[in-house]
Amino acid sequence: MKAFKDSGHLFRLAAVFAVGILLFVVMRSFLVPKSFGQYGHYRGDAMSDIAARPVSFAGHETCETCHTDVLDKKKDGKHAHVNCEACHGPQAKHVEDPGSVQPPKLDTAVLCARCHEANAAKPKNFPQVASADHSSGMPCDSCHQPHSPAIVSPASGDAK
Amino acid sequence: MSISRRHMLLLLPAAAVSWKHVLAGTPESSPNYTMSQHWWGMLIDLTKCIGCGNCVRACQSENDVPDGYFRTWVERYHVSDYDIENPHVDSPDGGKKGFPPAKDDSGKNFFVPKLCNHCAESPCTQVCPVGATFISPDGVVLIDKKYCLGCRYCVQACPYGCRFINPKTATAEKCTLCYHRITQGLTTACCESCPTGARQLADLKNPNDPIHEFLKTHSVQVLKPYMATHSKVFYNGLDGSVR
Repeated sequence: MKAFKDSGHLFRLAAVFAVGILLFVVMRSFLVPKSFGQYGHYRGDAMSDIAARPVSFAGHETCETCHTDVLDKKKDGKHAHVNCEACHGPQAKHVEDPGSVQPPKLDTAVLCARCHEANAAKPKNFPQVASADHSSGMPCDSCHQPHSPAIVSPASGDAK
Repeated sequence: MSISRRHMLLLLPAAAVSWKHVLAGTPESSPNYTMSQHWWGMLIDLTKCIGCGNCVRACQSENDVPDGYFRTWVERYHVSDYDIENPHVDSPDGGKKGFPPAKDDSGKNFFVPKLCNHCAESPCTQVCPVGATFISPDGVVLIDKKYCLGCRYCVQACPYGCRFINPKTATAEKCTLCYHRITQGLTTACCESCPTGARQLADLKNPNDPIHEFLKTHSVQVLKPYMATHSKVFYNGLDGSVR
């Protein structure tokens, strides 16, 4: 007994829907990456993709494994807590191949001024100079040793 | 019991769903780094920032940030005694080459480094229509470049202006808190290159991290607390005029 005329159409329509839904679920299972939803509504593998990037700053602990002499020079000076790569720049390539990749020579007249050029916005207790008055263009390392910048030797005479 | 054709059709979708879970397998485990043991943030001590721009340069070389775009940048504030509500802010080239002498020495002058605040309730991740940006289980807001469509919803949603569209890849980009470094036990490039220690990476889940002592003993503020973003970049000595 039929509920109403031509109710068979409904079953065919339902079958079309069922096939459609099935197709969607099957395709989704292939197209959505396996790690999607592992931690939330995103691809879990994205984190390992981002973490796979190579580093360019080696970190001061790495520098200190070889350059212990510089560490000794620095440790009592004002620059004891300034990391190596703050001045020398990123050196991960030098760590990988210390022989052929050498850090560039630094121009102290430019480098020191980056931090120590006087500026009203700098903290008042930070040592600042107006480099034009202070050294009249002479490179800073003619008087100061960058790794321990205080002038202590009397031999340096009228340096300051 | 025999299964009719109709019953079979009904069962197939369920079978497909369960098969998907079989395919998914078990999560890969990282040998040295457990995400659930970390909750990353950053401490910025404005009383130490000298505006040298080392952090900006370090970030650009570490993360290959295109010229004219910044994942971190330094702003210089000039606050007049007579109008503390309307500070004058400049940031020439993001502070990458340092700052020229201030035009006006009167009033208050100071530097404010900025970066992604890695909010625990980040507005940017909530608007992504495709699940391309998310908060990782260790508290870092990241972008999946393979999923990002470049629709810019997140760029608009960030109240701190920390996101941009990379012109090369046409995808959204921002600070990753040097995720490739911190997962190896290194600090971020900006913290590594900061000469005064004004920036410090902080792991809030590590009980031995000095951040806990610092937060207990200093008046620390986050940017735009009224946005309720639960920012994890903490500023010491933050002036009320900073936006």
